[in-house]
Amino acid sequence: MIAYIIRRVLYAIPILIGVNLLTFMLFFVVNSPEEVARLHLGDKYTTQGQVEAWKQEHGYDKPLLYNPEAAGLDGLTDTIFYTKSVRLFVFDFGNSDSGRNIGHDIRQRMWPSLAIAVPSLILGLLLNTTLALMLAFFRASYLDVGGVVLCVILMSVSSLFYIIGGQYLVGKLLQLVPISGYDTGFEAVKFLILPVIISVIYGIGSGTRWYRTLFLEEISKDYVRTARAKGLSEQWVLFRHVLRNALIPILTGVVVILPLLFMGSLITESFFGIPGLGSYTIDAIQRQDFSIVRAMVFLGTVLYILGLLLTDISYTLADPRIRLR
Amino acid sequence: MHFIRRCGLSRLWGSVAALVLLAGCGDSWNDPRGENLGSGSVLYASFSDRPQFMDPARSYTTTSYSFIQQIYEPPLAYHYLKRPYELMPLSAARMPEVLYLDGEGNELPPGVPEEEAAYTEYRVDIKPGILYQPHPALARREDGSYRYHDLAEADLESVNALADFTQTGSRELVAEDFVYQIKRLADPRRHCPIAGIIAEYVEGFAEFQAHIQNTEGVPMDLRGLSMSGVESLSRYRYRVRLKGTYPQFIYWLAMPFFAPMPWEADVFHEQPGMAQRNLTLHWYAIGTGPYMLTENNPNLRMVLERNPNFRGQPYPDEGEPGDEGQGYLNDRGRTMPFIDRAVFSLEKESIPRWSKFLQGYYDLSGIGSDSFDQAIEYGGGGEVGLTDAMEEKGIVLRTAVDLTVFYMGFNMLDPVVGGYGERSRLLRRAISIVVDYEENISIFTNGRGIPAQGPLPPQIFGVREGEAGINPYVYRWEDGKAVRRNIEEARELMRRAGYQNGIDQETGKPLVLYFEAVGAGPDAKASLNWLRKQFAKLDIQLVIRATDYNRFRAKMRKGTGQIFQWGWHADYPDPENFLFLLYGPNAQVDTNGPNSANYKNPEYDALFSQMKNIPNGERRQQIIDQMMEILRRDAPWSWGFHPVSYILSHQWVHNNKPTTMSYNTLKYRRIDTESRAVALRDWNQPTVWPIWVGLGALVFLILPALVGFLRRERERGR
Repeated sequence: MIAYIIRRVLYAIPILIGVNLLTFMLFFVVNSPEEVARLHLGDKYTTQGQVEAWKQEHGYDKPLLYNPEAAGLDGLTDTIFYTKSVRLFVFDFGNSDSGRNIGHDIRQRMWPSLAIAVPSLILGLLLNTTLALMLAFFRASYLDVGGVVLCVILMSVSSLFYIIGGQYLVGKLLQLVPISGYDTGFEAVKFLILPVIISVIYGIGSGTRWYRTLFLEEISKDYVRTARAKGLSEQWVLFRHVLRNALIPILTGVVVILPLLFMGSLITESFFGIPGLGSYTIDAIQRQDFSIVRAMVFLGTVLYILGLLLTDISYTLADPRIRLR
Repeated sequence: MHFIRRCGLSRLWGSVAALVLLAGCGDSWNDPRGENLGSGSVLYASFSDRPQFMDPARSYTTTSYSFIQQIYEPPLAYHYLKRPYELMPLSAARMPEVLYLDGEGNELPPGVPEEEAAYTEYRVDIKPGILYQPHPALARREDGSYRYHDLAEADLESVNALADFTQTGSRELVAEDFVYQIKRLADPRRHCPIAGIIAEYVEGFAEFQAHIQNTEGVPMDLRGLSMSGVESLSRYRYRVRLKGTYPQFIYWLAMPFFAPMPWEADVFHEQPGMAQRNLTLHWYAIGTGPYMLTENNPNLRMVLERNPNFRGQPYPDEGEPGDEGQGYLNDRGRTMPFIDRAVFSLEKESIPRWSKFLQGYYDLSGIGSDSFDQAIEYGGGGEVGLTDAMEEKGIVLRTAVDLTVFYMGFNMLDPVVGGYGERSRLLRRAISIVVDYEENISIFTNGRGIPAQGPLPPQIFGVREGEAGINPYVYRWEDGKAVRRNIEEARELMRRAGYQNGIDQETGKPLVLYFEAVGAGPDAKASLNWLRKQFAKLDIQLVIRATDYNRFRAKMRKGTGQIFQWGWHADYPDPENFLFLLYGPNAQVDTNGPNSANYKNPEYDALFSQMKNIPNGERRQQIIDQMMEILRRDAPWSWGFHPVSYILSHQWVHNNKPTTMSYNTLKYRRIDTESRAVALRDWNQPTVWPIWVGLGALVFLILPALVGFLRRERERGR
């Protein structure tokens, strides 16, 4: 397994370089360093000298990808791409174009994101699994059909509707929790109740339907028939046999998103005023802060690769037949 | 069955009860204000864009100004109540003394016109005894040395915010701090956005800039360098020498750029390890004003608290007519500030922001387009009022015309719409008539704007009232009001221009014009369709060339756009700050200046040069009248509109006079905390019964499943 992990880590390097290059090209196709400088310096009274000084200070005074004036390897290294990218590989994100330390900001903003994402994931997983098992138990009954229809309806509604509707009903009409906001420590709990409930409800439709499908696939297998033939109770069959065997695809889905929980949710955080990482990237794109965009895309890629690696490893734990070589 | 007993209803009920109890901590369950923020006289408000910079050398946005103007005190400020806006001393002891000098630096003899001065010198006396807020940069040891000016990396291990430094200190404000700040403005590493224009006027500024630019290793502490035009004359007096005359400089002295900065702040914040913790002057302020920033989390909340070292200031005892009746003078002479703490929460979305204002958790609010109908209604005569629901809550509406103009410009370099010949002039005037800004304001801003008659907004010197103030090329005066000329008149202008029925009579081809739009999303689409419709009134085909803001600006700089929309918000309330938008030497193509239409009229330019250097008075008014006539005749812009701000406040907020020029308003406001507490209790009683109904419904739904499950289990058992 160690060799497999090392190989995957080595595979990740060209992927990260590629993603970084793509981000760089996409960003600078739309924006020239000159425009970025002008945006940061403002519209009024900005002189060319100020633009040049800003570019120089922020390392945007070099050629983008290739420096024809530099000799040898310097032609590639004395460029904006190289100087801005190489530090990322040691997770030194540097400063944003507006001067804030990105690493410090990420460390500060990931906790509110996790405060919503982790309970939402755990509660959602428990609820979806329970409901899916129930529908599987009552398969082909009115309850099953009604449940599936309800799931499709829940899936079809925009997340924005849940958020605005939830804020209106629970926060404004019933006045049970704050409509939006956040605080540190234990005070944060009352702000998390509504977004977590909404995140869980929003995920019920897709989650339950998916898990139900997985359970039904397992239920039709021979070992389940054998278990029933042995006289085991239905709940024993469901929880001891079906659930355990359906865990592999559930694990795939869950483990792959675990690292991405850090990245937060843009809409939820924006509407509930949660100072997480979800809005960090979008804010940076709007402000054309390439340093943050590049750092967040890099971090997202690393976390996604990590998620896939963890998924592979989790297979071996869930199913002894699987070996990583 | 055991599983169901273990995880069944009892646990479910327990969990819900716990959640409800948790939510119910505090007076009202839905109170978003932190408990530790709620005592004393506290103002609660929101902001939607995070402030970019707190350093007065760099800060130049409305959001940043709304914070730093409570903290930093430039020499002058605008009177809170008087309109038109009037300057008054703030940290200065009196209004600056202005000396006009010849080339040798001697005062001009009596009788020589001021315009002939080679230099103008502003001598500013500051009030003695002003103290800085408590700040670690000013903390000293017993031996007098600075406590935190020689920090090692290890000293910063447990430091994440300024509050983590246990000791603070203060000192008296001196004239040298103002001089030091002007040097900071010239430091290219500070990226002061107005350094370019200051360099044109302040003696020695450009040389100072060049010296730092061309010298390696200049320390951030600039005390060792001198600027020839800026000098401290004594502990409480300094001078700024300008090249030639520039009367508008007096307004600059009311901008945060010219607020004092202690050198100790630079030394403190520039130490190694501080930037990695975001402990920089970009994010932390140090001032002498009524408030200091005690929590700086622009992603969540900004908290300003009363500066314990603030000297106190009396509330104004005079204002404009009508202020007495509106209660703005009830606190005359009382010592400010009234509010102990102000909590500004980041609220990006308008819906939760509006809901929280209605619940009373924000004391102030603007009005978004989605809540406009809920808040505002128009009377039969078009007068603006609050809806009954707002009246019942005691909400108060204040309106103010912004010192802003949104205009549609014609690129004067364009061969079709540009130029100074009669043909293009008539075409521009015809378009100006048919682009109906009254309709635009009604549709797209809910009536919050007034059509512009020229570049100058109301309350700026030079604007004429009534019939004398209208643009006669677009409006006529009927029944005591300006009425837009009709389409037939515009068509006649088109005919005279050689574009009858939208056909170019010279080529026989339809007239196609191009509009440079920024963005073409769903929001912009309606507005662009409306614009197309306006041009279609003259059978002109308008092609929308949508792009992003960066490309748009590049087009403007290169002069390749044809028709465009843009806006300008005043830096200071002087006609020069608007009329220079059409001054030839400011043409964007030539100098990257603010004249985006690239309008160049020698007659106008000559009048502008005269106008900008003379004080407000009859002579200046006459020159402005001539300039307005030239502009209206040439029509380089279709004059657009001036937006009107609608500001709502709760009944417990006092002295909330709208101002669009200055932002140091927090100290004037007063909160009736008892009245607020009563209202919040009444307005925010939780409704619990739907929880029990919901739980009952859940049981009702689960029960059949439970029964079915048990039945199946029994059947299998048989």
